[in-house]
Amino acid sequence: MLRIPCPWCGVRDESEFRYRGDATRLRPSAEAGIDAFTAYVYQRDNPCDWHSEWWLHVAGCRRLLRVVRHTLTHEIRSVEPAADALAAERAR
Amino acid sequence: MAGVPGKLRFSLGSRRSPIGASAISRGALAGPARISSGALTDPSRPFRFRFDGRELAGLAGDTLASALLANGVRQVGRSFKYHRPRGIVTAGPEEPCALVDVIGSSGREPNWIATTLPLQQGLVAESQNRWPTLRFDLRAVADRLGRFLPAGFYYKTFMTPGWAWERLYEPIIRRAAGLGRLAAVVPVHADPAETVHEHADVLIVGAGTCGLAAAHRLGAAGLRVILVDQDVAAGGGTLLDARWSSWRKSVCAALPQWPALRCLTRTTLLGAYGHGVFGALETLTPQESARFGGLRERLHVIRARQVLLASGALERLIAFPGNDMPGVMLAGAGLSYLKRYGVAVGRRPALFLNNDEAYEAVFALAAAGVQCAGVIDPRPDSRAAARARTLGVAVHGGAMVGAVHGRREVETVTIIEPDGRRRFVLEADALLISGGYTPASALATQLGATLAWDESLAAFIPDAAVAAGRIAGGARGVFGLAAAARDGDAAACAIAAELGRAADGASCPEPPPDAEASPLRALWEVRARGKAFVDLQNDVTADDIRLAAQEGYEQLEHMKRYTTFGMATDQGRLGGLVGCAVLASARGVPLPEVGLLRARPFAQPIPFAALAGPEVREHYRPRRRLPLHEWHESAGATFVTTGLWLRPLVYARESGWSPVLDEARAVRKCAGLTDVSTLGKIDVQGSDAARFLDLIYANTFSTLAVGRARYGIMLREDGMLLDDGTTSRLAPEHFLITTTTANSTAVLEHLEFHLQSTCAALDVLLTDVTDQWAQFALAGPRSREVVGPLVHGLELSNEAFPFMAATEGLIAGVPGRLFRISFSGELAYEIAVPAAQALTVWSALLEAGTRFDLRPYGLDALNTLRIEKGHLTTAELNGNTTADDLGLQRLLKKQGDFIGRTLAQRAGLNAAERLQLVGVRPTDRSERLRNGSQLVAREAPDVSLGYLTSATPSVEFEGWVGLALLSGGRQRLGQRLLACSPIHKETVELQILGSHMLDPENARVRS
Repeated sequence: MLRIPCPWCGVRDESEFRYRGDATRLRPSAEAGIDAFTAYVYQRDNPCDWHSEWWLHVAGCRRLLRVVRHTLTHEIRSVEPAADALAAERAR
Repeated sequence: MAGVPGKLRFSLGSRRSPIGASAISRGALAGPARISSGALTDPSRPFRFRFDGRELAGLAGDTLASALLANGVRQVGRSFKYHRPRGIVTAGPEEPCALVDVIGSSGREPNWIATTLPLQQGLVAESQNRWPTLRFDLRAVADRLGRFLPAGFYYKTFMTPGWAWERLYEPIIRRAAGLGRLAAVVPVHADPAETVHEHADVLIVGAGTCGLAAAHRLGAAGLRVILVDQDVAAGGGTLLDARWSSWRKSVCAALPQWPALRCLTRTTLLGAYGHGVFGALETLTPQESARFGGLRERLHVIRARQVLLASGALERLIAFPGNDMPGVMLAGAGLSYLKRYGVAVGRRPALFLNNDEAYEAVFALAAAGVQCAGVIDPRPDSRAAARARTLGVAVHGGAMVGAVHGRREVETVTIIEPDGRRRFVLEADALLISGGYTPASALATQLGATLAWDESLAAFIPDAAVAAGRIAGGARGVFGLAAAARDGDAAACAIAAELGRAADGASCPEPPPDAEASPLRALWEVRARGKAFVDLQNDVTADDIRLAAQEGYEQLEHMKRYTTFGMATDQGRLGGLVGCAVLASARGVPLPEVGLLRARPFAQPIPFAALAGPEVREHYRPRRRLPLHEWHESAGATFVTTGLWLRPLVYARESGWSPVLDEARAVRKCAGLTDVSTLGKIDVQGSDAARFLDLIYANTFSTLAVGRARYGIMLREDGMLLDDGTTSRLAPEHFLITTTTANSTAVLEHLEFHLQSTCAALDVLLTDVTDQWAQFALAGPRSREVVGPLVHGLELSNEAFPFMAATEGLIAGVPGRLFRISFSGELAYEIAVPAAQALTVWSALLEAGTRFDLRPYGLDALNTLRIEKGHLTTAELNGNTTADDLGLQRLLKKQGDFIGRTLAQRAGLNAAERLQLVGVRPTDRSERLRNGSQLVAREAPDVSLGYLTSATPSVEFEGWVGLALLSGGRQRLGQRLLACSPIHKETVELQILGSHMLDPENARVRS
């Protein structure tokens, strides 16, 4: 079982969260077209490596978190609020 | 089988038991093979028990296995495949053979491990896997046919004909194979079970010298420590060595001084589940069980910041012909039965050992006055062998055991030279074996440790450190009690440092020194004629493994699946490494290249009841009750579970459609009141609320006027419908969303996800208010007259409060909300009030409605009404339907982005042959419809054109009506098709209609 250190609630069991998918894919702009949205919705890398993913703390603070987890060891490297993660993403 | 081959023989001499010379009387010690009182057994508390119908005597403190051995019972079961007689091989949970059925008050329970099952007064146990009796098993013929039953036999033989597997082969094989049998009837009132959640700074697995030394160190450092051990007492190897008793007593006496340290004995760690989460099963003693209302096991879910694996090492077997015969046992087990229970496993045991540590059994037997028949050691000489000789024990160096003979149990042991030539035959009634020790690395590998081959120990050794934990002592190949204690202490210091604590408290007393040991000689298999077992539980021989390799199953995990090696409760703990070595030699590669079987949880069998804990039957899932649950109950409602909710299905106890249709008819004729509090309700506020809803909904909400409601649909990003419902604008920056009952949590998550990712900059607050508001639907032509007098100062005329109006106000004196929305297709209102005031308002409405024959209606009537009207539920919003499929395409806004907009435009989601929503009625009005019936054309009855999603007898129309998803449905209006329900053997001809069968102009809802 994963234990996710929520920035608001502390270390909590995975069962309190809902997995919301790959956080490396950002929703394309409205006019990006079917191919861009198909890639956004369906195409996923399956890395054996660090992976950035969304977890929604549904049974806690209900905040969306970006968790960087290693898919082989399940080690969690970082957890940050979605807003911070997206701001950093936009700044890049 | 019978007779002793060969001429050379040692005489057994006197067959008298050594207890003949003892001062202790035989009767007091319960069993002829008991020669002393044992460390754990209590001679003052004799127990009677039954095994296979025989009444026997044991002592408090015995396990079933020790009590059987004390009574001279050697054979306790028949093997899995060949039905060979099997005895007790170990003295712990790794036991592969001595599995028994226990017959208790709640029936028969299989697969109890006799070596850990505490003896109780009146225990009734039976051997498994024999028919008709243990001594005479007809299926033992399988053993004679052994060479025709090779690895993969089932796969090779029972291939054809195809029909025969299910009808012929499988029933026969199932009867012959398998472990134990379940009670035919599972008792309704099972024993209670309990799950506890634990938190600790450090979890220490194993309370041998390593774990105890570490616990002492960490306890003194003030850390929260949980120390678990599967044994009945802490101490591990010290329980078998008198030199260590004062050390053990002093440490065990020190531990209670630290209140943050807890020691759980009889507790087996089941597995490591990552991130410091562990499962452990505690078995309660009968006394504890009585104190906790019959609780037998307690499941601990332990969350620990650090873990120390001090689980020691397991003695392994040697594969040689006859190594499965009753009387062949691990040397450590023989030592354990002697020291712990005072039981001599033989009057004249021989030993076959390749390492000095195992000689402890020789020394202990000699000290107890048991005459050893001799020690066979493949090493020419060793320190321990020299010591054994000084005690008068014959040690045959440079020799191996080539065969074991006996009628039902060990009678003779054939000793051979390393080249296979026979040296001589030894008479012995037991054979204690040891092939060395394998670190218990299962948990370490579950924690991600890698294993390295250690040639000198002939074992795989895990890393000392893993993620958030360390491995110490025998578990990483540090053998010797004193060495393990020092290693545990060092690991504890490292853990304390990791957790930021000084580890400078008092350390353990100085342990007694380990004896110097000569190195072992790796010995996996003695190759000679006969079945040499590597897996006693699954009847896998060394030859089976060679055959698997020859047939291409060279990879260890493939070989395991082909031969069943290491499966079931055994998990390769005794012979796992031996099997790997046999495979390596068959493939001609070094052992490390083959590796070790992957050890997965659970470490030992665990009853499902213990895993389920108290979450069974009515406690299996939480139950959500409506604010008016008691009222519904007192009104005679029959309830139905939808999701977690209990909802009134119909206000009648009898089944059948008649009361449902009465309720529905009342709505169509006068008025009805129903509880729709289960609808999801999400409060949306903020300056960007309208913008946010425009993105979420496929239709537009920014244009909605304050005081109005609008039906909306939302899509998933892939273009499929997610949910529908009405959303009201209560103020310019305040909306209230309602969702379907089934999707309420999914919709809330969908909104929260997008609000925090897709449009994180918007000023919007979402609040789930589902539980805060009770909501009732008042429907029917007289509903305006019912609610009118209760809403003071609110004009309800069509002009003042038209269809889709929404307002806040006092309802029956309670501040609430009134919506003019309709699910039934009639003039209708929905009234929302704070949940705590639900009864006040509900009662006031019923009271006001008495003049108009107002009556409550349940979920079934609600469904009848909405099917007639063609409104949707999750039967139609099933995740595979688009807006176009359900006739809602006109709602999709043309301008602006919304979730699902782009992918909903894909050609495949707009194809003409997609399943589209239609209404259906049987041509013959007397025929009934069924949900799930397949729609077919009369001329092509094997091509499904769609299916019925909903069906009900109608109150508006004659006979039944239904909704269906039909290929190209909107082009088929007026057609006649067949609805087939093969499981009911029914075929009904249908008329295809528009989905809004009742009042398609919406005149009633606007009346």
